[in-house]
Amino acid sequence: MTASPAMAQDGPTCPEGEFTLTMVSWGGAYEASQEKAYYQPFTEACPNVTIVQESASNEAVAKLRAQAEAGNTTWDVVDVVASDAIRLCDEGLALEIDPEEWLAEAPDGTSAEDDFGDLLVSDCFIPQIVYSTTFGYRTDVEAWGGSVPGDICAVFDLEGFPGTRSLESRPINNMEWALYCDGVAKEDIYDVLETDEGQARAFAKLDSIKDSTIWWSAGAETPQRLADGEAVIGSTYNGRLFSVIEEQDQPVAMLWDMQVFDLDGWVIPSGVADEDLPAIEAFINFATDTQRLADQAKYISYGPARASSAPLVSTHAELGIEMAPHMPTDPNNAANTLLYNYEWWADFRDDLDAKFQAWLTR
Amino acid sequence: MSPTDATAEGLAIPSREAQAAKADNVDSRGRLLAADGTPLKASLRRALRREKLRAFMLVAPLLAFILITFIAPIGQMLTRSIGNEIVPTTIPGTLAAMGEWDPSVSDAPDERVFQALFFDMFLAAELKEHTKLGTRLNYEQQGMSSLFRGAGRQMDNFGEPYQEFLEDEIDEAWDTAAYWTTLMTTKEGGAAASDLTASVRARLQAMTEDAFAADMPIEVRADMAALLPQTATAYTEFLLTAVNVEEDDPLEEEPWEAVHAALAVDLADPDLRRAATTYAGPGAELLNRAAGRADEMPPLALKEAFLDDDEDWGDREIWGTIKQYAGVYTAGYYLAAVDMAYSPEGEVVEASVPIYLTLFWRTLVLSVTITGTCLLLGYPIAWLLANLPMRTANLLLILVLLPFWTSLLVRTSSWIVLLQDQGVINDVLVFIGIVADNNRLQMMFNEVGTVVAMTHILLPFMILPLFSVMKTIPPSYLRAAKSLGATNFTAFWRVYFPQTVPGIGAGAILVFILAIGYYITPELVGGTSGIFISNRIAYHISSSLNWGLAAALGSLLLIAVLVLYWLYDKIVGIDNVKLG
Repeated sequence: MTASPAMAQDGPTCPEGEFTLTMVSWGGAYEASQEKAYYQPFTEACPNVTIVQESASNEAVAKLRAQAEAGNTTWDVVDVVASDAIRLCDEGLALEIDPEEWLAEAPDGTSAEDDFGDLLVSDCFIPQIVYSTTFGYRTDVEAWGGSVPGDICAVFDLEGFPGTRSLESRPINNMEWALYCDGVAKEDIYDVLETDEGQARAFAKLDSIKDSTIWWSAGAETPQRLADGEAVIGSTYNGRLFSVIEEQDQPVAMLWDMQVFDLDGWVIPSGVADEDLPAIEAFINFATDTQRLADQAKYISYGPARASSAPLVSTHAELGIEMAPHMPTDPNNAANTLLYNYEWWADFRDDLDAKFQAWLTR
Repeated sequence: MSPTDATAEGLAIPSREAQAAKADNVDSRGRLLAADGTPLKASLRRALRREKLRAFMLVAPLLAFILITFIAPIGQMLTRSIGNEIVPTTIPGTLAAMGEWDPSVSDAPDERVFQALFFDMFLAAELKEHTKLGTRLNYEQQGMSSLFRGAGRQMDNFGEPYQEFLEDEIDEAWDTAAYWTTLMTTKEGGAAASDLTASVRARLQAMTEDAFAADMPIEVRADMAALLPQTATAYTEFLLTAVNVEEDDPLEEEPWEAVHAALAVDLADPDLRRAATTYAGPGAELLNRAAGRADEMPPLALKEAFLDDDEDWGDREIWGTIKQYAGVYTAGYYLAAVDMAYSPEGEVVEASVPIYLTLFWRTLVLSVTITGTCLLLGYPIAWLLANLPMRTANLLLILVLLPFWTSLLVRTSSWIVLLQDQGVINDVLVFIGIVADNNRLQMMFNEVGTVVAMTHILLPFMILPLFSVMKTIPPSYLRAAKSLGATNFTAFWRVYFPQTVPGIGAGAILVFILAIGYYITPELVGGTSGIFISNRIAYHISSSLNWGLAAALGSLLLIAVLVLYWLYDKIVGIDNVKLG
């Protein structure tokens, strides 16, 4: 590519020729935020590139594999969570990306590699946002007698905070929270969880609230249940809670304690057509620049993945409220956090998931 | 005479003797002849063949459609549920070297196996295949995924000491493409080791499932393949990868560290070392020198290197799993699908966490329940539809069909709104005082939710076949029964009901087979106790990517349905099914 990375700050370096790029994302408010922050500005500047959107990220890994096996990759840029990016990279289904070559520099000249830092968790992964899985609770529960949950362990405290919980029907996060509230130090969680006794301990802790828990598999379920009063406290992605609290004005509040940071970003399928590459590179270079990543936060409360974007986060495009305090990365919210251990879960995911499902059906 | 005329005439003739009497129509062997002199049988066959061909052409598009979209995927699923090529194609050398290694005798294999593993892994890491193998084996033994990913990163380091020794202690030329190509290849003439190239190419193609070009700019020489076998193999792997995968010029590329390590392995063999000392072909001088100082080479301690990287490489269970899954086919997925597993010693044992049999059983029980409730609710409705005046019946039929035109998700979500804790039904019950506010009925996120929502969704599939059968039963039968003295119940049970059995059979089969494969509705309303086996299949297809296990579970489900279908045929008879 001939574009110099620094130029992306002003606008994209348009490729020559006609291109149609298929962008795959999660649909809903999230894809809408991408459309406004990335797709529209890019196609306005480069009218020779047409962007087609497809909301299929929830099954991206399986579909990419199927496309690769059929030898017919139709997607160009795919939005996935980091753990999926790692698996796609392991399976050879995603292109390896050299950050220095593909990603824009920060305005002050910091290299992309330093600016994204630890968030470059895989050779194939282009980080976009930091989101977190955290808890929301109803603020009007009479049985709580006016007290509000102060830390994560309120979830396991049926005496002090009775009512139905809404947790995700997979081991990830739940096992960590259970051990943490069973007295395991944060830095020891994964070591303990690796042993059979540690797993038994986590399940025992979860057993204590199992009868009061309903399980979710889609991120929209907990906000819905909180709004309906079906659950009094539940985990979900912080952006979903933001829209329940600020946009729909429900009596719900955030519990940021022990939120689990996770990343979402782009991968390029390894079977992508060579002739599309110039346009893909131009898009990625444009979309990952400091200003563009900060722009996305105008539409959704997820934190930009590069350090230099954080100071540029401004107000919500419609509500006009300051977005920085709603970012999971805001210092007030991030006092006590857990970083999702990708490598560990890549190893133990299959096994623990089977155990978790067996535990659920027991 | 046309063939049909011939048949008609043939039929009219009563016996063979009578046929023979008509001499002009019969040939010397007594066969009937058509007007053009060909035997009648052949002529008839030709005409019928044309008919058959026409009929076949008419069904051909449908047949092709079914073959491509139905039979082929099922066949592919069946092969996937036993397929295990990835292990033997990725680490064939290791598997061969493991040979007689027995997990019950020693903890980990010896240095020789680790050497083979190093060369296999180096190549796999270059081709980015090692993580796929790690993912595959991780299904069987947790921790394999990071073990292979981690080792893949170390491969260059493991080979580096040998490269550094050759480069620093012998001559810098050992690190150049120019010297290696002179020493090993046909660059300056000589016969190519075509067999070696062909076998390595076949191996690479099997591993990557890509095509590797047959014409190489340079190849390893036959004399080198004999003189330094391990080095020649590693160098051929390097050449083929450079040309086909990296698309580099092999004349410019420095060889991999694995090639230097392979030379160290070859020179460790006293016979090969002696031959290398006296070698006199192209590039002889440096090789002679290296062979002469082979004793000073860093020792071959790859087992130690692997164990230093991750002590799990010394784990008996890791190697037991590799040995267990060494074959091209495996029963492992089917074992997992029925809550069994192989132990590291290769025995079939019960899985530590049984889950699938419970789910299979629950799927069957709930599907039967749903079929039963559909029948109970659908039968009276179908009767009503069949017996009301046309206008009213049509209106009701539209109400029955309405759910067909509504999105599945909308219907399922509506049930959530109705049945949940704070839902409409509970609210009404609390309001009229039947249920206490703090003791609301749990009708959602359990079996009840699944049965209610799926009964509603599948009800039309029961009503429609019943309706179409009932429509054909003349009302006069019931009247006749009653006029002969039957009570209402006897008339229904002895006269009407038996005639509706074909409809019940059709409806029940339709509903049951649809129910057994459902997963969206159970996922949304089933909670933990109302989910089906299909939910786990979906999870393995789209989330864990364990397609082999998903295929095995799907195959078992298919077999279960076929067995039930067979049972139904035995008990009720499939001829008794009427779909419309």
